[in-house]
Amino acid sequence: MMRSYEPASNAQLPPPTERIPVVRWLRQNLFSSWFNAILTLASAALIVTLVYGLGRWAIVEARWEVIPANLKLLVVGTYPIDQLWRVWATLYAIGLLSGFSGGLHGGLIRRIALVGAIAAIVLAILPFPLATRGWLLGAAASVGGGFGLGRLAQFATGGRSRRWIKRIEIAVWILSFPIGLVLLNGVGGPLPVIKARNQWGFLLNLLGAVVGIGLSLPLGVLLALGRRSKLPAIRLVCTAYIELIRGVPLISLLFMASIMLQLLLPDNIRPDLVIRAMITITIFSSAYMAENVRGGLQAIPKGQYEAAYAVGLNGALTTILIILPQALRAVIPAIVGQFIALFKDTTLFGFIAILELLNISRSVLSNLEWRGTIFELYVFIGVVFWILCYSMSAISRRIEKRLGVGER
Amino acid sequence: MKRVLVMAVLLALAIPLFVAGQTTLETVLARGELIVGVHGSLPGFGFLDATTGQFTGFDVDYGKAIAAALGVGVEFVPLTAGERFTALQTGQVDVLIRNTTWTLTRDSKDLGLDFCPTTFYDGQGFIVRKADNIKSIKDLDGATVCVTSGTTTEGNLADAFRLNGLTLNTQVFAETEAAFGAYDAGACDCYTSDKSQLASLRTTATVPGDHTILPDTISKEPLGPLVRHGDDEWFDIVKWVVFATFFAEEHGITQANVATFSSDNPEVRRFLGLEGGMGAKLGLSEYWAVQVIAAVGNYGEIYERHLGPDGLDIPRAGSLNDLYLQGGLIYCPAWR
Repeated sequence: MMRSYEPASNAQLPPPTERIPVVRWLRQNLFSSWFNAILTLASAALIVTLVYGLGRWAIVEARWEVIPANLKLLVVGTYPIDQLWRVWATLYAIGLLSGFSGGLHGGLIRRIALVGAIAAIVLAILPFPLATRGWLLGAAASVGGGFGLGRLAQFATGGRSRRWIKRIEIAVWILSFPIGLVLLNGVGGPLPVIKARNQWGFLLNLLGAVVGIGLSLPLGVLLALGRRSKLPAIRLVCTAYIELIRGVPLISLLFMASIMLQLLLPDNIRPDLVIRAMITITIFSSAYMAENVRGGLQAIPKGQYEAAYAVGLNGALTTILIILPQALRAVIPAIVGQFIALFKDTTLFGFIAILELLNISRSVLSNLEWRGTIFELYVFIGVVFWILCYSMSAISRRIEKRLGVGER
Repeated sequence: MKRVLVMAVLLALAIPLFVAGQTTLETVLARGELIVGVHGSLPGFGFLDATTGQFTGFDVDYGKAIAAALGVGVEFVPLTAGERFTALQTGQVDVLIRNTTWTLTRDSKDLGLDFCPTTFYDGQGFIVRKADNIKSIKDLDGATVCVTSGTTTEGNLADAFRLNGLTLNTQVFAETEAAFGAYDAGACDCYTSDKSQLASLRTTATVPGDHTILPDTISKEPLGPLVRHGDDEWFDIVKWVVFATFFAEEHGITQANVATFSSDNPEVRRFLGLEGGMGAKLGLSEYWAVQVIAAVGNYGEIYERHLGPDGLDIPRAGSLNDLYLQGGLIYCPAWR
């Protein structure tokens, strides 16, 4: 039997507002039965105790002076003080480059450069030694200078024929990678080789992450393509590599690199520990990266390949111009997730006699003066990692929004 | 196929070229640098000094001493308890000076290591609150003991209580900081660990003066440098560098006076490299012992620097670490 409904006569009424008086909200949500009331009170007591305890510790008991007093050790470890300008120079170069790119393109990269400059200024306000604050302001200035240059380049070319500038820009960005490493490490002569590379504190976490991220993405893309190759030999090798590496914990790979490798190599060949650690984390991360990228590749409908062939592209061009851009865009969240994991995994270097941030904080603790400041140091380390990881994830979200990932 | 075979044979022939045995001394001299495995975070013995950013400590000084004897630079690698032996076996470090107890198993060919003379005689002890009026281990019947797990400490504790027929309650912690913190907060009646560590931990107690270390020592913990088994030339060098610091103290040779020290005592003259050719016998320069003392001082000076009242404050007088002349075990064989 069919029933019909007339449109309601009061259809113009606004939706009911869900404004409930506080007391009623409380009664409905928190004290609806005696059991819920007990739960509410118990949880409230717990939260208050925890917050009070934490707040009291952070404000009254914690000896935060351990951080500024050991900042140099934590950030760059035993890097010689008279050579510290090389670390700053690397930072300035990065600031200059991001400023330039920001000025040239605007948009996201400008935002990132701006945030970096603001962060440097904020840090310069904190009570660090005067020299450090000066250097930090200089870093902010380098971003500003780069920005000016970028704008200038944009005006000079009048927005036209900017291709050659972009090419130079990309080339310099890529070159900055090895140049920065050489500058930090030294080559002899006026740039003496810095000894004890395994004791550089947080610098090692950063370098490990930069090298690992920079190398594992291209390697991962190649492996993913290899795994989908039609040539059985390539497919087999890539699949075996990915499955073998993914099936082993990173820490055991690191132990193998630090201990087993030495047993296999002749006595007089002793590859640097830090380089071994960086190679290991790259090998490890690229296997995961390959699977992320493969996920993206498999999401591309067959029609895309057919269309590309139809317009006359060959296999390589199809992959580079049509498939990869779409595939990578689809898996940005997974790739950035892998970057973040890799960055945090650099703390595992501490287990193979490398004094990265976590391990060097143990050394700080062993100074009689700073005994018992373990929580302060761990909170500091946690905050540093959180800020950097959150920044990465925020940047990735912006890129996703821009490219419309998940919307199209 | 044939070409692959030829390549394989060539490669197999090339491998011995690389492996060609180099002694540790040759390796170190060629490198111009001695690599020493140290603790990295043990106050007094091996840790990174926050003010100077350099490794410092009793063990670290012995690393510097060996480097001074060879006339090379020195680099320190901080090692954990777990990786220290492998690091030495695999050649990651040339010598291991990391608060390591001399035991039969470690010395045997099973582990493939050799122990050089003991530089510090440690032993497990107890720290208690003075107010509890505990005078010796016998008063600890039924006491709750805080202890760190995963070392020989726990086993020694159980042995000592069984031997004395005492009832034992333990509270086991993974981290030293946490275990001592619990004791300091009153969760246990006493805390047990090596006496050198107790001395350093006492300085971090809320009120250091409230605590005392019992005279009982329940274990033998002779600590000293280690080298790889089978490289006797290198073993001899490290051994005699340690003895040189003993000898210098026995004869009143110090960091300050070694450069101008003069003596008619033939043994001292041999030590100073003035006669006897003692350097050549070890494959070192004739003045190697002088270089050692000039770099780090004699045993007493090293001890004073790190374990004396300005350092960990571990009393030396009358302990095993005193010179044999004062009833201790620090004794140098004949210098001839």
